[in-house]
Parts: sequence; C-alpha cells; structure tokens
Amino acid sequence: MLPLVLDQVSFTVNGKTIIDRISIEIGTGPRTVILGPNGAGKSVLMRLCHGLLRPTSGSIVWRGENGGRRRQAMVFQRPVMLRRSARANVVYGMKLAGVPPRERELRASDVLDAVGLADVAERPARVLSGGEQQRLALARAWALGPEVLFLDEPTANLDPAATRDVETLVGQIRASGTKIVMTTHNLGQAKRLGDEILFLTQGRLVERTPVERFFTKPASVEADAFIRGELPWS
Amino acid sequence: MIEIGQAFGAAATLIAARDPELVGIVLLSLRVSLTAVVFASILGLPLGAAIAVGRFPGRRALIVVLNSLMGLPPVVVGLLVYLLLSRAGPLGQFGMLFTPAAMVVAQTILILPIVAALSRQAIEDAWQEYREQLRSLGAGPLTAAATLLWDTRFSLVTIVLAGFGRAAAEVGAVIIVGGNIDGVTRVMTTAIALETSKGDLPLAMGLGILLLSLVLALNAAAYWVKEAAQRRYG
Repeated sequence: MLPLVLDQVSFTVNGKTIIDRISIEIGTGPRTVILGPNGAGKSVLMRLCHGLLRPTSGSIVWRGENGGRRRQAMVFQRPVMLRRSARANVVYGMKLAGVPPRERELRASDVLDAVGLADVAERPARVLSGGEQQRLALARAWALGPEVLFLDEPTANLDPAATRDVETLVGQIRASGTKIVMTTHNLGQAKRLGDEILFLTQGRLVERTPVERFFTKPASVEADAFIRGELPWS
Repeated sequence: MIEIGQAFGAAATLIAARDPELVGIVLLSLRVSLTAVVFASILGLPLGAAIAVGRFPGRRALIVVLNSLMGLPPVVVGLLVYLLLSRAGPLGQFGMLFTPAAMVVAQTILILPIVAALSRQAIEDAWQEYREQLRSLGAGPLTAAATLLWDTRFSLVTIVLAGFGRAAAEVGAVIIVGGNIDGVTRVMTTAIALETSKGDLPLAMGLGILLLSLVLALNAAAYWVKEAAQRRYG
C-alpha cells in the first residue's frame, strides 16, 4: 500500500496551525525519522499518516495496491495495555485485524518469543515493567505483519537498557520487511535507527535529508541550529 | 435506653433462632433487589459504555440528566410505577401491582441511572487512556465499548454493588408498589417501617441489624474485589 502520499496537508485546531501544508511521499525502503523541536508537529504528522487524525485540508493517500489502513501499526510513547495477559493483548490486536483464531495463537507465541517475553506471556500485561510493556507493544504491532510501523517516541520513558532492547527490536522488525517511520528526541537514536531525516519546525517540513548529511551538513539554518542546540544533550 | 437494650437482645434472639418470618422477609428482599440489580446492570452498563464512547447530539444533556436521576427520590419512582401498573394505568392489565414483580420494576428504574451514570464515568476515564491505542488497532465504537466494559470490570463490580445497596436499602418505592403485604411483598425496609410504627421493636431491630450487616458486607466485598484486582492486574 506504500507509497503514502501527502499533498498540501494542513491540520488546524481552533485556528492554530499545527501542520502547515506538508507535501511528501513516504515509500518503502529507508527508515524515516521525524525530527524537530517540541511543538513542531511531529506526533501530529504521524497521527495524520496513521489515520488517527483527519487533515483539515489537503489529502493523504495510500498509492499502493490493497490500500486502506489495515496493514499499518503504531506504537505510542506510553503503551496502553489492556487488563489481560500479555499474550491476550497480542491476540486482541490480531483479532481486530481479522486474523483467523488458530493463526492468532501461533503468531502470538512467535512474536512474544521474538521480543523476549515468552516467560511472562501469561502474566497480566499492566504489571509488567515499562520496558517490557513497550516490547509487548512492539510485539502487538509486529504480529499484525504491518507494511509500515509508526513509532512515536518509543523510548522516551525508558531507561538505557530498555531503550537498547527497543532499538534492537525495531531493527528486527525492519529486517522482517516493515517500513519504519519514527519520531524521537534522542539524536543518537536518530543516527542509529534512521536512514533519512524529515525535519519539522512550526508545522512545516523544512528539509528531508539522508541521515549522514543531516548531521554534518544540514540544508536548512533551522536544522543547523537545532543540531547545534541539541547535540550537547544527546 | 432500656427499651433499646431489650429490643436489641430480642432481635439477637430472633436472628439466632432463624425466625421463619424474619428469614422469609430477608429472602424476599434479596430476591427483589438482586433481580432489580441484574436488570439494571444488563441495561445500564451497555448504556453507560455507549454514552462514554459515543458522540451524538444531546450527549452532554443526557449525561446531566442521567447524573441528576441518580438522586431520584424512591417515593417518586414508586408513585410513577404505581400509576403505570394500577388497574386504570397503561400496564394495568397485567395485574402486577402489589406483587414482587412490581417491586423489581420500581427498583430497576431507581438504580438504572446509578449504574448507567457511574459506569459512564468509569468507562469514559478509561476511554481517555485507551482511545488512540484502540483506534490504532482498528476498533470501531462497538468493539471499543465492549473492550472498555471488560477492562473496567473491577470498577463496574463496585458500581453494581452500590446499586444493589441502594435497592436493598430503599423503602419509598417498594412500599408504594408492593404494599407491604405480609408474606407476599414484605421486605426488610417495609417491615422495619411497619414494625416500628406498631411498636414491635425487636423484629424491626433484628431486620435493621441484618440490613446494616448486608450493606457493610457488600461494601467490604466491593473494596476487597477492587484491591485484589488492582494488585493482580494493575
């Protein structure tokens, strides 16, 4: 269903412009990282792409075959787990996606194994640690076999060890053929996980640059200032 | 004070001896109020979930009305049901007035708003948290409502028990539509009202003690269920 094509997409809330006429085509291949200062509209842009928000104007179209929004998934900054077992959370997602019952169980075991949660599969999901819950969220998304996986600051609430686990998993999911689109505040993470950077400020797409070039020779003054301002803390 | 002491002793004797009259009254009370709470839950929980998740014109007004109806005076409910069921009333042909069925109807109407309004609140709080995740997984309003009903089940148990407590403890509605007929529609509260006015304090006290114990036991159970569930499921 990729590429995803945004044409002059704007999003306004109560007269305030959050996303300002963004046109872009997101295709298979490179891992896309959306960067930008707080309030730049990164999360909103991602929610627009995922279909959680409707653009105020402009259009968002999946150009590829068997369009629609089924074969995409999103992992949020704070995972929301249902009050049931870890396995049941994974199965729930597949049930809504229309996966046949027998296959759900098989796939659930596979992904729980892959994210290292096989031992706690029967434990209630909400008593798992933050890092475990985020890995479970990735498992729940992965089990859907998405063509695109949107990740909104997936490690913002995690300690370094859990962050490393999540980054490794994102790599595996990517290796299984899923397009990755993520936002992050962590520039080191952007370098590790990104192939191309979409840089936003004030709702506008300022530049789209391969990751090496972005951190050495960004095309825009805004990005340059952002990197110099942010790097000491990354 | 002496009279209270004597009455208390006599009440204890009645309870200890499982006085048949007393047992009959207690059982009818439980039967009527439990049936009412079952009906009120079957109607009220889905209604609460629908209002929590749904977006429709008049929703705010409906919530205000529902919240106000929690304070519905039992005698007013009694009067309305009396008018409905009396010989000349629209449902008079069924001859339900002064039967336990009429009492069930009255108590159902009385506690339906309590169950619906409180569950709406609990489910809407959960909806705030779950909304994006559920929509991301592709849940429509019906699926979301069903999921939330299950995920808030421990809060809903407390709410249903609160409804039962209200039903078991009210006197105004059941005395009007039941008529407090000995052996037919006499329940704990109506018996207490009658025996007190007759001056038969031991029976009134005995019933009072049982009613209080029942309410206390219910609240203890509600508290325990919630605590245990929270510890287990987070």
